[in-house]
Amino acid sequence: MTMDRPAGHDPGGAPALLQMRGITKSFPGVRALSDVSFTLEKGEVHVVVGENGAGKSTLIKILSGAYKADDGEVLIDGRKVLMDNPQKALKQGVSVIYQELNLNPYMPIYENIYLGRERTNVFGMLRRSLSIREAHQLLEKVGIDISPRVLVKNLGIAQKQMVEIAKAMSLNARIFVFDEPTSTLSQAETTRLFALIRDLRASGCGIIYISHRLEEIFQIGDRCTILRDGVCIGTRAIAAVSVRELISMMVGRDLGQATRRVESFSKDHVVLRVEGLCLTDVLSDISFELREGEILGLAGLVGSGRTELAKCIIGDLKKTAGRIVLDGAPVSLTSVKRALARGIAYVSEDRKKEGLFLKHQVSTNMTIASLRRISRYGLLSRRAERELCAATQRKLQIRSAGLNTQVRNLSGGNQQKVVIAKWLLTQARIFIFDEPTRGIDVGAKDEIHGIMLELLRHGASIIMISSDMPELLALADRILVMRMGKTQAVLENRGISQEDILSLAVGAHSFAGR
Amino acid sequence: MAVKILQKYAIYFGFLVIFAVFAILSPHFLQADNLSNILVQALVMAIIAIGQTVVILTGGIDLSVGSIVASTSLVSAVLIVDVGLPVPVGLLLSFLISLVMGFVNGFITHFGKVPPFITTLGMMSIARGAALALKGGRPVGNMPDAYEAIASTQLFGRVPIFIVYMVVAYALAYLLLTYTRHGRYIYAIGGNRDAARLSGIPVKLYGTAAFVIAGGLAGIGGILLTARLDYASPIAGYGYELDAIASSVIGGASLSGGEGNILGTLLGALMIVMLKNGLTLLDVSAYYQQITIGIVVIMAVFLDSIKSLRAE
Repeated sequence: MTMDRPAGHDPGGAPALLQMRGITKSFPGVRALSDVSFTLEKGEVHVVVGENGAGKSTLIKILSGAYKADDGEVLIDGRKVLMDNPQKALKQGVSVIYQELNLNPYMPIYENIYLGRERTNVFGMLRRSLSIREAHQLLEKVGIDISPRVLVKNLGIAQKQMVEIAKAMSLNARIFVFDEPTSTLSQAETTRLFALIRDLRASGCGIIYISHRLEEIFQIGDRCTILRDGVCIGTRAIAAVSVRELISMMVGRDLGQATRRVESFSKDHVVLRVEGLCLTDVLSDISFELREGEILGLAGLVGSGRTELAKCIIGDLKKTAGRIVLDGAPVSLTSVKRALARGIAYVSEDRKKEGLFLKHQVSTNMTIASLRRISRYGLLSRRAERELCAATQRKLQIRSAGLNTQVRNLSGGNQQKVVIAKWLLTQARIFIFDEPTRGIDVGAKDEIHGIMLELLRHGASIIMISSDMPELLALADRILVMRMGKTQAVLENRGISQEDILSLAVGAHSFAGR
Repeated sequence: MAVKILQKYAIYFGFLVIFAVFAILSPHFLQADNLSNILVQALVMAIIAIGQTVVILTGGIDLSVGSIVASTSLVSAVLIVDVGLPVPVGLLLSFLISLVMGFVNGFITHFGKVPPFITTLGMMSIARGAALALKGGRPVGNMPDAYEAIASTQLFGRVPIFIVYMVVAYALAYLLLTYTRHGRYIYAIGGNRDAARLSGIPVKLYGTAAFVIAGGLAGIGGILLTARLDYASPIAGYGYELDAIASSVIGGASLSGGEGNILGTLLGALMIVMLKNGLTLLDVSAYYQQITIGIVVIMAVFLDSIKSLRAE
């Protein structure tokens, strides 16, 4: 088993299987990775951990040729390679098994395995029986007993994963990247996957394993590299690291002292109570209360079910059990329209996909959810609309060439303010903000926080979903931590740290003995 | 800047250029009778194009409108001429049938999650088949005077009533799309379906309503056509759905939805009919007319895509 070593060389002096040196990558407005170095040896499982947005996916995309690094180099077997497209990476033996699998559901397994490099004879005719035979051998190797002629759409998620691995093996891959492979697997399937990963390791392949689940990391990993905000914090041998240490490396001490707001508007009155809410396979038995004038933070990792919870509350997803109580009376919110009528507004996470009408004007974007305010008998008053929008634009300081400008021409922060304006105009009293400040600049972020506090001051209540822990700690009165669709804890935001939240979010308490 | 203005109003300039060319080349083109003839010829298609535009704005498409013209036409003729129902009753019933056909299109598309191309392709065949089956493929002639009067009335003894219909129809459509809540919902559904749903808009309901509007307008088109020709033909309205789509697109509507305006559609419809009329006056054969119209459609969209390419 491999342990901590000087970068890039095992004691025998042979070069490492994979070295990434000084990788830097920026996107407009964000530095996703800066000067990250990473080494993978033959026959090791190297885990990469980090919070949401730490840069794990970017690093993998650079390795697989999907992104081009701004700076830095990639070496395989000590030789420098240029991976500027996915085909080249495949040729170098790098195979990524993605969360969303890259298989064509309407083709049989064997065609998927040989897609793009079909076995043909001299006349260019497909050699079907040969490919089926070979595919069969590959499937045996990964341990699934199924005919290669079966269409991929008829496979379960675990079987699809195995087919992906079989495909990677047929490509003679030597570096396997698993991106959250177990997030949709059962316990038994996970065990089988781990057995296969150990086989791959034994055969001398290198495995990069990305996961949020700490217990898995300790089961399968040999070494572990921690990323935070695009910077490599360090690499540790798993055998020599504790859960506590890992978490504090992921969070970082320097960020621990976010300043919590002083003013509180929270009252005792409970405006919204969620009781035993369930959604098949996603949420189980979620209960919590939202008090008037408070911000309830929702913390959790990507995939923990926070957005789904919000969508169940507003009736966009049909909950399978549980009830919602508004001001002490149970309500049936079966559509977004009804939720809005009861004063609940959901400010969606993905503003381009779910919030904005990009090609429409700023003003029509603002008023679309509250047209009743500016219309009578279904007829709109353009003047009322103009006045309402102008006032809102001033209030939120939306910087736009005019209210007639297409919203796609605005900056990210101003677009986000337009989305918020849309929901403010509905005069809701319960707002669910889903990642309200993701991907926007610091100035706009402050302004949006200001808007939220202003809402509280006027008696509104807020549920804030955020992966930005300093933001949660600065704004929330209480924080509900979710993990895999369950409530882990509801914390009063007094004297708690990012470590506390993250420990709960990754489930560290369940094996706190380490 | 000049280029920008030219692009923004390309459809208007194009219209004026074609108008001017015909006016210069043909001495008959500018005569009042010919111009009013263009409007009369354009009316049925232009009214169908309103419904088509509404559907396209919601991100859909309706291939069945031409066939609905024919079936409404036949049904009204059979009810009035063969069955002997009073004209208003016959017309109302056949109009209702066109609404039902539109509703079926919308319901299956939005509640049954069938792509609108498929739903309305099927309806195109069903409605045409029904029109043919009704009288074994034969047309019905000799409408009562009251039916014909819908088309033949002249205002002030000079202005064909068809022009009034056109103005009223487009004014109402403009009002709907620009000054009503319903209109905003139509644009929103096509602009971003997810965002519309999450903004509390009953997407399926309003999406279905768009097809009902399209079906109803096709029905009105069928009645007007029957009144003007004084007979009902099962092959009436053949190809109108494509002319209507072309009108919307020339007028600036985006087939992906959420973009377009009704005055552009009117101009597009007039442009198509004007091209046919002008080319006929210039003795260009119908075959070459089709080629010309095809070029115009592609040019119109191409100009628009240059605009968005630049924006990127």
